[in-house]
Amino acid sequence: MQNILSVQSLTKKFDDFTAVKDISFNVETGSIFAFLGPNGAGKSTTIKMLTTVLKPTSGKISINGFNVLKEQDQARASFGIVFQDPSLDEELTAYENIVYHAVIYKVPKKERDERIKKALEIVGLWNRREDYVKNYSGGMKRRLEIARALVHYPKILFLDEPTVGLDPQTRNSIWSHIRGLNKEKGMTIFLTTHYMEEAEAVADQIAIIDHGKIIESGTVEEIKKRTETQSLEEAFLKLTGRDIRDDNIGDKTRKRRGIRRRIRH
Amino acid sequence: MIEVIYILWLRQLKHYWRSKPRLLGSLGQPLLFLVTFGFGFGPMYASASGGGNYLDFLAPGIVSMSILFTAVFSGLEVIWDRQFGFLKETMVAPISRTEIMIGKTLGGATIAMIQGLIVLSLTYVLGFRILSLASLALGLVFMFLIAIFFTGLGLAIASMMKDMQGFQLIMNFLIMPIFFLSGALFPLENLPKAIYFISRIDPLTYGVDGLRGAIAGMSTFGVFNDLVVIGLLSVLVCTVGAFLFSKVEA
Ligand SMILES: Nc1ncnc2c1ncn2[C@@H]1O[C@H](COP(=O)(O)OP(=O)(O)OP(=O)(O)O)[C@@H](O)[C@H]1O
Ligand SMILES: [Mg+2]
Repeated sequence: MQNILSVQSLTKKFDDFTAVKDISFNVETGSIFAFLGPNGAGKSTTIKMLTTVLKPTSGKISINGFNVLKEQDQARASFGIVFQDPSLDEELTAYENIVYHAVIYKVPKKERDERIKKALEIVGLWNRREDYVKNYSGGMKRRLEIARALVHYPKILFLDEPTVGLDPQTRNSIWSHIRGLNKEKGMTIFLTTHYMEEAEAVADQIAIIDHGKIIESGTVEEIKKRTETQSLEEAFLKLTGRDIRDDNIGDKTRKRRGIRRRIRH
Repeated sequence: MIEVIYILWLRQLKHYWRSKPRLLGSLGQPLLFLVTFGFGFGPMYASASGGGNYLDFLAPGIVSMSILFTAVFSGLEVIWDRQFGFLKETMVAPISRTEIMIGKTLGGATIAMIQGLIVLSLTYVLGFRILSLASLALGLVFMFLIAIFFTGLGLAIASMMKDMQGFQLIMNFLIMPIFFLSGALFPLENLPKAIYFISRIDPLTYGVDGLRGAIAGMSTFGVFNDLVVIGLLSVLVCTVGAFLFSKVEA
Protein backbone atom coordinates (compact mmCIF):
# COMPACT_ATOMS: atom_id res chain seq x y z
CA MET A 1 0.00 0.00 0.00
CA GLN A 2 1.04 3.57 -0.69
CA ASN A 3 1.50 6.26 1.90
CA ILE A 4 -0.70 9.31 1.49
CA LEU A 5 1.13 11.10 4.28
CA SER A 6 4.77 10.83 5.07
CA VAL A 7 6.53 12.77 7.82
CA GLN A 8 10.28 12.86 8.35
CA SER A 9 12.13 14.35 11.32
CA LEU A 10 9.46 16.94 11.94
CA THR A 11 10.38 19.47 14.65
CA LYS A 12 8.66 22.59 15.93
CA LYS A 13 10.21 25.03 18.39
CA PHE A 14 8.37 27.92 20.03
CA ASP A 15 11.22 30.15 21.21
CA ASP A 16 13.25 27.80 23.40
CA PHE A 17 10.43 25.30 23.95
CA THR A 18 10.33 22.31 21.61
CA ALA A 19 6.71 21.23 21.14
CA VAL A 20 7.42 18.55 18.54
CA LYS A 21 10.75 16.73 18.56
CA ASP A 22 12.00 15.03 15.46
CA ILE A 23 9.00 12.80 14.75
CA SER A 24 8.68 10.53 11.72
CA PHE A 25 5.75 8.39 10.62
CA ASN A 26 3.73 7.29 7.59
CA VAL A 27 0.01 7.01 7.05
CA GLU A 28 -1.25 4.47 4.52
CA THR A 29 -3.68 5.54 1.84
CA GLY A 30 -7.22 4.58 2.80
CA SER A 31 -6.51 3.90 6.46
CA ILE A 32 -7.82 5.43 9.67
CA PHE A 33 -4.92 6.73 11.72
CA ALA A 34 -5.33 7.84 15.34
CA PHE A 35 -2.79 10.23 16.82
CA LEU A 36 -3.10 10.02 20.59
CA GLY A 37 -1.39 11.71 23.48
CA PRO A 38 -1.96 13.62 26.74
CA ASN A 39 -2.78 17.34 26.81
CA GLY A 40 0.08 19.40 25.49
CA ALA A 41 1.81 16.43 23.88
CA GLY A 42 2.09 18.20 20.53
CA LYS A 43 -0.82 16.72 18.56
CA SER A 44 -2.38 19.98 17.41
CA THR A 45 1.00 21.52 16.69
CA THR A 46 1.77 18.55 14.44
CA ILE A 47 -1.57 18.80 12.65
CA LYS A 48 -1.05 22.52 12.12
CA MET A 49 2.29 21.84 10.47
CA LEU A 50 0.78 19.08 8.32
CA THR A 51 -1.94 21.48 7.14
CA THR A 52 0.32 24.49 6.32
CA VAL A 53 -0.96 26.59 9.22
CA LEU A 54 2.38 26.52 11.02
CA LYS A 55 5.84 26.41 9.51
CA PRO A 56 7.97 23.57 10.87
CA THR A 57 11.34 24.46 12.39
CA SER A 58 12.75 21.53 10.42
CA GLY A 59 11.64 18.31 8.78
CA LYS A 60 9.84 17.08 5.69
CA ILE A 61 6.15 16.48 5.05
CA SER A 62 4.58 15.01 1.97
CA ILE A 63 0.84 14.70 1.42
CA ASN A 64 -0.58 12.89 -1.59
CA GLY A 65 2.89 13.08 -3.13
CA PHE A 66 3.20 16.87 -2.70
CA ASN A 67 5.82 18.60 -0.61
CA VAL A 68 3.73 20.49 1.95
CA LEU A 69 6.36 23.18 2.38
CA LYS A 70 6.93 23.86 -1.31
CA GLU A 71 3.82 22.73 -3.19
CA GLN A 72 1.38 24.24 -0.72
CA ASP A 73 -1.59 24.71 -3.02
CA GLN A 74 -1.56 21.15 -4.35
CA ALA A 75 -1.14 19.82 -0.82
CA ARG A 76 -3.98 22.02 0.40
CA ALA A 77 -6.26 20.71 -2.33
CA SER A 78 -5.63 17.19 -1.04
CA PHE A 79 -6.74 17.55 2.55
CA GLY A 80 -9.65 18.68 4.69
CA ILE A 81 -9.37 19.72 8.30
CA VAL A 82 -11.48 20.18 11.40
CA PHE A 83 -9.41 22.26 13.81
CA GLN A 84 -9.51 21.78 17.55
CA ASP A 85 -10.38 25.42 18.17
CA PRO A 86 -13.26 27.29 16.55
CA SER A 87 -12.98 28.40 12.93
CA LEU A 88 -16.48 29.52 11.97
CA ASP A 89 -17.67 32.96 10.96
CA GLU A 90 -20.25 33.71 13.64
CA GLU A 91 -21.72 36.64 11.72
CA LEU A 92 -22.78 34.39 8.88
CA THR A 93 -25.49 31.73 8.85
CA ALA A 94 -24.58 28.07 8.93
CA TYR A 95 -25.50 27.77 5.27
CA GLU A 96 -23.39 30.77 4.29
CA ASN A 97 -20.40 29.32 6.15
CA ILE A 98 -20.64 26.08 4.30
CA VAL A 99 -21.19 27.72 0.90
CA TYR A 100 -18.09 29.83 1.52
CA HIS A 101 -16.17 26.66 2.18
CA ALA A 102 -17.55 24.88 -0.90
CA VAL A 103 -16.52 27.80 -3.11
CA ILE A 104 -12.99 28.25 -1.78
CA TYR A 105 -12.47 24.49 -2.06
CA LYS A 106 -13.76 24.61 -5.63
CA VAL A 107 -16.57 22.08 -5.26
CA PRO A 108 -18.18 21.88 -8.74
CA LYS A 109 -21.22 24.15 -8.90
CA LYS A 110 -23.54 21.38 -10.09
CA GLU A 111 -22.83 19.22 -7.07
CA ARG A 112 -22.67 21.97 -4.50
CA ASP A 113 -26.29 22.17 -3.30
CA GLU A 114 -26.65 18.44 -3.01
CA ARG A 115 -23.40 17.89 -1.13
CA ILE A 116 -24.13 20.72 1.27
CA LYS A 117 -27.59 19.34 1.96
CA LYS A 118 -26.20 15.90 2.60
CA ALA A 119 -23.45 17.14 4.90
CA LEU A 120 -25.88 19.22 6.94
CA GLU A 121 -28.29 16.31 7.21
CA ILE A 122 -25.61 13.99 8.53
CA VAL A 123 -24.99 16.32 11.46
CA GLY A 124 -28.68 17.12 11.86
CA LEU A 125 -28.45 20.81 11.07
CA TRP A 126 -30.36 21.02 7.80
CA ASN A 127 -33.40 22.57 9.47
CA ARG A 128 -31.27 25.12 11.30
CA ARG A 129 -29.20 26.13 8.29
CA GLU A 130 -30.56 29.69 8.12
CA ASP A 131 -29.61 30.45 11.74
CA TYR A 132 -26.65 32.65 12.52
CA VAL A 133 -23.76 30.64 13.88
CA LYS A 134 -23.52 33.00 16.87
CA ASN A 135 -26.91 31.64 17.96
CA TYR A 136 -25.74 28.03 17.80
CA SER A 137 -24.85 25.94 20.86
CA GLY A 138 -21.27 24.72 21.28
CA GLY A 139 -22.13 21.24 20.03
CA MET A 140 -24.00 22.59 17.03
CA LYS A 141 -20.98 24.68 16.06
CA ARG A 142 -18.81 21.60 16.25
CA ARG A 143 -21.23 19.64 14.10
CA LEU A 144 -21.24 22.42 11.55
CA GLU A 145 -17.44 22.38 11.37
CA ILE A 146 -17.51 18.67 10.72
CA ALA A 147 -20.22 19.02 8.08
CA ARG A 148 -18.18 21.74 6.42
CA ALA A 149 -15.12 19.52 6.16
CA LEU A 150 -17.21 16.85 4.43
CA VAL A 151 -18.40 18.88 1.43
CA HIS A 152 -15.20 18.76 -0.61
CA TYR A 153 -14.32 15.04 -0.55
CA PRO A 154 -10.63 15.43 0.41
CA LYS A 155 -8.10 12.63 -0.07
CA ILE A 156 -7.15 12.86 3.58
CA LEU A 157 -9.23 14.35 6.36
CA PHE A 158 -7.62 15.66 9.55
CA LEU A 159 -9.88 15.70 12.59
CA ASP A 160 -8.44 17.33 15.72
CA GLU A 161 -10.65 16.12 18.58
CA PRO A 162 -13.74 16.23 16.37
CA THR A 163 -16.23 14.81 18.83
CA VAL A 164 -15.32 16.77 21.94
CA GLY A 165 -18.46 18.08 23.65
CA LEU A 166 -20.87 16.13 21.47
CA ASP A 167 -23.68 13.90 22.71
CA PRO A 168 -23.40 10.13 22.11
CA GLN A 169 -26.07 10.16 19.39
CA THR A 170 -24.18 12.71 17.35
CA ARG A 171 -20.87 11.00 17.97
CA ASN A 172 -22.20 7.70 16.71
CA SER A 173 -23.73 9.28 13.65
CA ILE A 174 -20.55 11.19 12.82
CA TRP A 175 -18.25 8.21 13.28
CA SER A 176 -20.43 5.93 11.22
CA HIS A 177 -20.48 8.51 8.46
CA ILE A 178 -16.72 9.02 8.64
CA ARG A 179 -16.21 5.28 8.46
CA GLY A 180 -18.53 5.21 5.47
CA LEU A 181 -16.46 7.84 3.69
CA ASN A 182 -13.34 5.88 4.51
CA LYS A 183 -14.76 2.65 3.10
CA GLU A 184 -16.68 3.95 0.09
CA LYS A 185 -14.50 6.81 -1.06
CA GLY A 186 -11.21 5.47 0.27
CA MET A 187 -10.75 8.71 2.20
CA THR A 188 -7.84 8.54 4.63
CA ILE A 189 -8.70 9.73 8.13
CA PHE A 190 -6.16 11.24 10.53
CA LEU A 191 -7.71 11.90 13.91
CA THR A 192 -6.86 12.85 17.44
CA THR A 193 -9.14 12.14 20.36
CA HIS A 194 -9.04 11.69 24.10
CA TYR A 195 -11.82 9.08 23.94
CA MET A 196 -9.77 5.89 23.84
CA GLU A 197 -12.77 3.71 23.08
CA GLU A 198 -13.45 5.80 19.95
CA ALA A 199 -9.89 5.35 18.77
CA GLU A 200 -10.00 1.64 19.58
CA ALA A 201 -13.20 1.23 17.60
CA VAL A 202 -12.26 3.08 14.43
CA ALA A 203 -8.48 3.20 14.04
CA ASP A 204 -6.43 0.87 11.87
CA GLN A 205 -3.15 2.39 13.03
CA ILE A 206 -2.27 4.30 16.17
CA ALA A 207 0.65 6.50 17.17
CA ILE A 208 1.08 7.76 20.71
CA ILE A 209 2.93 11.02 21.24
CA ASP A 210 4.14 12.40 24.55
CA HIS A 211 6.27 15.47 25.21
CA GLY A 212 6.63 15.96 21.48
CA LYS A 213 7.98 12.46 20.79
CA ILE A 214 6.28 9.40 19.37
CA ILE A 215 6.63 6.77 22.05
CA GLU A 216 4.61 3.94 20.53
CA SER A 217 2.89 3.05 17.27
CA GLY A 218 1.15 0.14 15.59
CA THR A 219 -2.29 -1.45 15.49
CA VAL A 220 -4.43 -1.57 18.63
CA GLU A 221 -3.67 -5.27 19.00
CA GLU A 222 0.08 -4.75 18.68
CA ILE A 223 0.09 -1.98 21.26
CA LYS A 224 -2.00 -3.95 23.73
CA LYS A 225 0.27 -6.92 23.32
CA ARG A 226 3.47 -4.98 23.74
CA THR A 227 2.21 -3.19 26.85
CA GLU A 228 0.53 -6.35 28.20
CA THR A 229 -2.79 -4.57 28.72
CA GLN A 230 -6.42 -5.36 27.97
CA SER A 231 -7.60 -2.09 26.49
CA LEU A 232 -6.17 0.87 24.65
CA GLU A 233 -6.94 3.08 27.62
CA GLU A 234 -4.83 0.94 29.93
CA ALA A 235 -2.05 0.84 27.39
CA PHE A 236 -2.23 4.62 27.04
CA LEU A 237 -2.02 5.18 30.79
CA LYS A 238 0.80 2.73 31.14
CA LEU A 239 2.78 4.44 28.41
CA THR A 240 2.15 8.04 29.38
CA GLY A 241 1.87 7.75 33.17
CA ARG A 242 -0.95 8.77 35.44
CA ASP A 243 0.14 12.31 36.29
CA ILE A 244 -1.88 15.23 35.10
CA ARG A 245 0.07 17.38 32.66
CA ASP A 246 1.28 20.84 33.51
CA ASP A 247 -0.26 21.92 30.27
CA ASN A 248 0.72 25.15 28.61
CA ILE A 249 3.82 25.80 30.68
CA GLY A 250 6.80 26.20 28.40
CA ASP A 251 10.41 25.59 29.43
CA LYS A 252 10.97 29.30 29.94
CA THR A 253 8.19 29.59 32.48
CA ARG A 254 9.28 26.42 34.15
CA LYS A 255 12.77 27.76 34.64
CA ARG A 256 11.50 31.13 35.76
CA ARG A 257 9.23 29.56 38.30
CA GLY A 258 11.98 27.24 39.41
CA ILE A 259 9.94 24.18 38.63
CA ARG A 260 12.17 21.27 37.87
CA ARG A 261 11.06 19.53 34.73
CA ARG A 262 10.48 15.85 35.01
CA ILE A 263 12.64 14.24 32.38
CA ARG A 264 11.27 11.21 30.59
CA HIS A 265 12.74 9.18 27.82
CA MET B 1 -10.76 32.33 -9.56
CA ILE B 2 -13.53 34.91 -10.06
CA GLU B 3 -15.92 32.97 -7.88
CA VAL B 4 -13.39 32.70 -5.05
CA ILE B 5 -12.78 36.44 -5.14
CA TYR B 6 -16.52 37.03 -5.29
CA ILE B 7 -17.29 34.93 -2.21
CA LEU B 8 -14.56 36.65 -0.17
CA TRP B 9 -15.96 40.01 -1.29
CA LEU B 10 -19.51 38.97 -0.55
CA ARG B 11 -18.66 37.90 2.97
CA GLN B 12 -17.26 41.33 3.79
CA LEU B 13 -20.27 43.09 2.35
CA LYS B 14 -22.59 40.92 4.40
CA HIS B 15 -20.66 41.81 7.54
CA TYR B 16 -20.98 45.47 6.66
CA TRP B 17 -24.73 45.42 5.99
CA ARG B 18 -25.45 43.39 9.08
CA SER B 19 -23.63 45.73 11.40
CA LYS B 20 -25.93 48.76 11.38
CA PRO B 21 -24.38 50.47 14.41
CA ARG B 22 -21.00 50.45 12.70
CA LEU B 23 -22.55 51.78 9.52
CA LEU B 24 -24.26 54.67 11.31
CA GLY B 25 -21.47 55.29 13.79
CA SER B 26 -18.92 55.77 11.06
CA LEU B 27 -21.05 58.54 9.55
CA GLY B 28 -21.05 60.56 12.75
CA GLN B 29 -17.42 61.62 12.53
CA PRO B 30 -17.49 62.95 8.94
CA LEU B 31 -20.71 64.80 9.66
CA LEU B 32 -19.23 66.36 12.78
CA PHE B 33 -16.11 67.45 10.88
CA LEU B 34 -18.14 68.88 8.01
CA VAL B 35 -20.36 70.93 10.26
CA THR B 36 -17.84 72.13 12.88
CA PHE B 37 -14.91 72.76 10.56
CA GLY B 38 -17.15 73.95 7.77
CA PHE B 39 -18.82 76.62 9.86
CA GLY B 40 -15.88 77.21 12.19
CA PHE B 41 -13.16 77.85 9.63
CA GLY B 42 -15.40 78.96 6.76
CA PRO B 43 -15.10 82.71 7.42
CA MET B 44 -11.34 82.49 8.06
CA TYR B 45 -10.77 80.55 4.85
CA ALA B 46 -12.92 82.99 2.88
CA SER B 47 -10.91 86.01 3.99
CA ALA B 48 -7.53 84.26 3.60
CA SER B 49 -8.26 82.96 0.12
CA GLY B 50 -9.95 86.09 -1.06
CA GLY B 51 -13.56 84.92 -1.09
CA GLY B 52 -13.12 81.15 -1.57
CA ASN B 53 -15.79 78.76 -0.33
CA TYR B 54 -14.36 76.52 2.41
CA LEU B 55 -16.98 73.83 1.87
CA ASP B 56 -15.68 73.32 -1.68
CA PHE B 57 -12.24 72.78 -0.19
CA LEU B 58 -13.36 70.70 2.77
CA ALA B 59 -15.91 68.35 1.14
CA PRO B 60 -13.39 66.28 -0.89
CA GLY B 61 -11.18 66.13 2.20
CA ILE B 62 -13.93 64.74 4.40
CA VAL B 63 -15.00 62.24 1.73
CA SER B 64 -11.37 61.07 1.62
CA MET B 65 -11.27 60.89 5.40
CA SER B 66 -14.27 58.57 5.60
CA ILE B 67 -12.78 56.37 2.89
CA LEU B 68 -9.42 56.31 4.68
CA PHE B 69 -10.80 55.19 8.02
CA THR B 70 -13.28 52.67 6.63
CA ALA B 71 -10.66 51.16 4.33
CA VAL B 72 -7.96 50.78 6.97
CA PHE B 73 -10.49 49.33 9.37
CA SER B 74 -11.67 46.71 6.86
CA GLY B 75 -8.07 45.75 6.29
CA LEU B 76 -7.43 45.32 9.97
CA GLU B 77 -10.52 43.10 10.30
CA VAL B 78 -8.23 40.25 9.35
CA ILE B 79 -6.83 40.46 12.87
CA TRP B 80 -10.31 39.83 14.23
CA ASP B 81 -10.63 36.86 11.92
CA ARG B 82 -7.39 35.58 13.35
CA GLN B 83 -8.56 35.98 16.93
CA PHE B 84 -11.91 34.31 16.29
CA GLY B 85 -10.17 31.54 14.38
CA PHE B 86 -11.84 32.09 11.02
CA LEU B 87 -8.63 33.14 9.30
CA LYS B 88 -7.41 29.52 9.39
CA GLU B 89 -10.42 28.44 7.36
CA THR B 90 -9.43 30.75 4.52
CA MET B 91 -5.69 30.24 4.81
CA VAL B 92 -5.70 26.43 4.53
CA ALA B 93 -7.91 26.48 1.44
CA PRO B 94 -6.28 25.57 -1.89
CA ILE B 95 -6.49 29.12 -3.21
CA SER B 96 -3.61 31.40 -4.02
CA ARG B 97 -2.62 34.12 -1.56
CA THR B 98 -3.08 36.60 -4.40
CA GLU B 99 -6.73 35.59 -4.71
CA ILE B 100 -7.18 36.13 -0.98
CA MET B 101 -5.51 39.52 -1.18
CA ILE B 102 -7.59 40.61 -4.18
CA GLY B 103 -10.86 39.39 -2.67
CA LYS B 104 -10.23 41.09 0.65
CA THR B 105 -8.96 44.30 -0.93
CA LEU B 106 -11.98 44.57 -3.21
CA GLY B 107 -14.32 43.78 -0.32
CA GLY B 108 -12.83 46.43 1.94
CA ALA B 109 -12.57 48.94 -0.89
CA THR B 110 -16.21 48.47 -1.86
CA ILE B 111 -17.33 49.14 1.69
CA ALA B 112 -15.11 52.22 1.85
CA MET B 113 -16.55 53.41 -1.47
CA ILE B 114 -20.11 53.03 -0.21
CA GLN B 115 -19.18 54.94 2.91
CA GLY B 116 -17.52 57.64 0.79
CA LEU B 117 -20.59 57.93 -1.43
CA ILE B 118 -22.85 58.37 1.59
CA VAL B 119 -20.60 61.16 2.88
CA LEU B 120 -20.54 62.71 -0.58
CA SER B 121 -24.34 62.84 -0.51
CA LEU B 122 -24.15 64.47 2.92
CA THR B 123 -21.94 67.22 1.48
CA TYR B 124 -24.56 67.74 -1.20
CA VAL B 125 -27.17 68.30 1.48
CA LEU B 126 -24.85 70.86 3.08
CA GLY B 127 -24.57 72.73 -0.20
CA PHE B 128 -21.54 71.27 -1.97
CA ARG B 129 -22.02 70.97 -5.73
CA ILE B 130 -19.97 68.94 -8.22
CA LEU B 131 -19.15 70.70 -11.49
CA SER B 132 -20.35 68.05 -13.95
CA LEU B 133 -21.02 64.37 -14.45
CA ALA B 134 -17.59 63.93 -15.97
CA SER B 135 -16.01 65.39 -12.82
CA LEU B 136 -18.09 63.03 -10.74
CA ALA B 137 -16.86 60.07 -12.78
CA LEU B 138 -13.24 61.13 -12.35
CA GLY B 139 -13.93 61.74 -8.65
CA LEU B 140 -15.22 58.17 -8.31
CA VAL B 141 -11.98 56.88 -9.81
CA PHE B 142 -10.00 58.73 -7.14
CA MET B 143 -12.31 57.56 -4.37
CA PHE B 144 -11.83 54.00 -5.56
CA LEU B 145 -8.06 54.30 -5.69
CA ILE B 146 -7.91 55.81 -2.19
CA ALA B 147 -10.10 52.94 -1.01
CA ILE B 148 -7.90 50.32 -2.68
CA PHE B 149 -4.66 51.80 -1.39
CA PHE B 150 -5.73 52.03 2.23
CA THR B 151 -7.51 48.68 2.36
CA GLY B 152 -4.33 47.18 0.94
CA LEU B 153 -2.28 49.02 3.53
CA GLY B 154 -4.56 47.81 6.33
CA LEU B 155 -4.27 44.23 5.07
CA ALA B 156 -0.51 44.44 4.78
CA ILE B 157 -0.25 45.73 8.36
CA ALA B 158 -2.76 43.17 9.62
CA SER B 159 -0.79 40.32 8.09
CA MET B 160 2.12 41.28 10.35
CA MET B 161 0.11 41.78 13.54
CA LYS B 162 -0.82 38.93 15.85
CA ASP B 163 -3.58 40.61 17.84
CA MET B 164 -5.50 43.84 18.34
CA GLN B 165 -2.96 45.26 20.82
CA GLY B 166 -1.14 47.19 18.15
CA PHE B 167 -4.32 48.67 16.72
CA GLN B 168 -4.23 51.92 18.73
CA LEU B 169 -0.59 52.34 17.87
CA ILE B 170 -1.29 52.10 14.15
CA MET B 171 -4.24 54.46 14.46
CA ASN B 172 -2.46 57.16 16.46
CA PHE B 173 0.97 57.06 14.89
CA LEU B 174 0.17 56.21 11.29
CA ILE B 175 -3.42 56.78 10.24
CA MET B 176 -4.11 60.00 12.16
CA PRO B 177 -0.95 61.74 10.88
CA ILE B 178 -1.75 60.50 7.38
CA PHE B 179 -5.14 62.14 7.68
CA PHE B 180 -4.13 65.45 9.30
CA LEU B 181 -1.13 66.04 7.05
CA SER B 182 -2.85 65.16 3.79
CA GLY B 183 -4.33 68.55 3.10
CA ALA B 184 -7.83 67.24 3.76
CA LEU B 185 -8.58 70.05 6.21
CA PHE B 186 -6.21 72.90 5.29
CA PRO B 187 -4.16 73.92 2.24
CA LEU B 188 -0.61 72.56 2.18
CA GLU B 189 0.98 75.92 1.57
CA ASN B 190 3.34 78.12 3.61
CA LEU B 191 4.06 75.21 5.97
CA PRO B 192 7.15 74.66 8.13
CA LYS B 193 9.76 72.55 6.31
CA ALA B 194 9.25 69.35 8.29
CA ILE B 195 5.48 69.36 7.90
CA TYR B 196 5.80 70.27 4.25
CA PHE B 197 8.08 67.30 3.70
CA ILE B 198 5.83 64.86 5.52
CA SER B 199 2.80 66.05 3.63
CA ARG B 200 4.59 65.30 0.34
CA ILE B 201 5.36 61.71 1.27
CA ASP B 202 1.84 61.17 2.60
CA PRO B 203 0.01 58.98 0.05
CA LEU B 204 -3.36 60.47 0.98
CA THR B 205 -2.10 63.92 -0.08
CA TYR B 206 -2.27 62.82 -3.70
CA GLY B 207 -5.64 61.16 -3.25
CA VAL B 208 -7.17 64.23 -1.66
CA ASP B 209 -5.57 66.56 -4.19
CA GLY B 210 -6.79 64.46 -7.09
CA LEU B 211 -10.30 64.13 -5.72
CA ARG B 212 -10.43 67.85 -5.02
CA GLY B 213 -9.16 68.56 -8.52
CA ALA B 214 -11.79 66.28 -9.99
CA ILE B 215 -14.91 67.31 -8.11
CA ALA B 216 -14.09 70.84 -6.89
CA GLY B 217 -11.71 72.03 -9.57
CA MET B 218 -8.82 72.85 -7.20
CA SER B 219 -5.55 70.97 -7.44
CA THR B 220 -1.96 71.61 -6.40
CA PHE B 221 -0.13 68.89 -8.30
CA GLY B 222 -2.44 68.40 -11.26
CA VAL B 223 -5.08 65.68 -11.48
CA PHE B 224 -3.10 63.55 -13.90
CA ASN B 225 -0.03 63.47 -11.67
CA ASP B 226 -2.19 62.57 -8.69
CA LEU B 227 -3.75 59.74 -10.67
CA VAL B 228 -0.36 58.30 -11.57
CA VAL B 229 0.97 58.52 -8.00
CA ILE B 230 -2.03 57.00 -6.21
CA GLY B 231 -2.48 54.42 -8.98
CA LEU B 232 1.11 53.21 -8.74
CA LEU B 233 1.01 53.21 -4.95
CA SER B 234 -2.13 51.05 -5.00
CA VAL B 235 -0.48 48.48 -7.23
CA LEU B 236 2.61 48.54 -5.02
CA VAL B 237 0.78 48.10 -1.73
CA CYS B 238 -1.32 45.23 -3.10
CA THR B 239 1.76 43.44 -4.39
CA VAL B 240 3.52 43.82 -1.06
CA GLY B 241 0.33 42.73 0.71
CA ALA B 242 0.03 39.58 -1.39
CA PHE B 243 3.65 38.76 -0.58
CA LEU B 244 3.14 39.31 3.15
CA PHE B 245 0.00 37.20 3.03
CA SER B 246 1.94 34.27 1.66
CA LYS B 247 3.99 34.36 4.88
CA VAL B 248 1.02 34.48 7.26
CA GLU B 249 0.66 31.76 9.87
CA ALA B 250 -2.96 31.61 10.92
N1 LIG C 1 1.83 29.29 19.57
C1 LIG C 1 2.45 28.68 20.59
N2 LIG C 1 3.42 29.31 21.28
C2 LIG C 1 4.07 28.70 22.30
N3 LIG C 1 3.82 27.46 22.72
C3 LIG C 1 2.85 26.77 22.07
C4 LIG C 1 2.12 27.34 20.98
N4 LIG C 1 1.23 26.41 20.54
C5 LIG C 1 1.40 25.34 21.31
N5 LIG C 1 2.36 25.53 22.23
C6 LIG C 1 2.83 24.55 23.23
O1 LIG C 1 3.18 23.38 22.57
C7 LIG C 1 2.79 22.24 23.33
C8 LIG C 1 1.95 21.32 22.49
O2 LIG C 1 0.70 21.93 22.22
P1 LIG C 1 -0.41 21.23 21.35
O3 LIG C 1 -1.52 22.20 21.17
O4 LIG C 1 0.19 20.67 20.14
O5 LIG C 1 -0.89 20.05 22.31
P2 LIG C 1 -1.98 18.94 22.05
O6 LIG C 1 -1.28 17.63 22.03
O7 LIG C 1 -2.82 19.27 20.92
O8 LIG C 1 -2.81 19.02 23.42
P3 LIG C 1 -4.40 18.94 23.68
O9 LIG C 1 -4.73 17.51 23.88
O10 LIG C 1 -4.54 19.69 24.97
O11 LIG C 1 -5.08 19.58 22.55
C9 LIG C 1 2.09 22.76 24.57
O12 LIG C 1 2.99 22.75 25.65
C10 LIG C 1 1.73 24.19 24.20
O13 LIG C 1 1.75 25.02 25.33
MG1 LIG D 1 -4.73 19.78 20.64
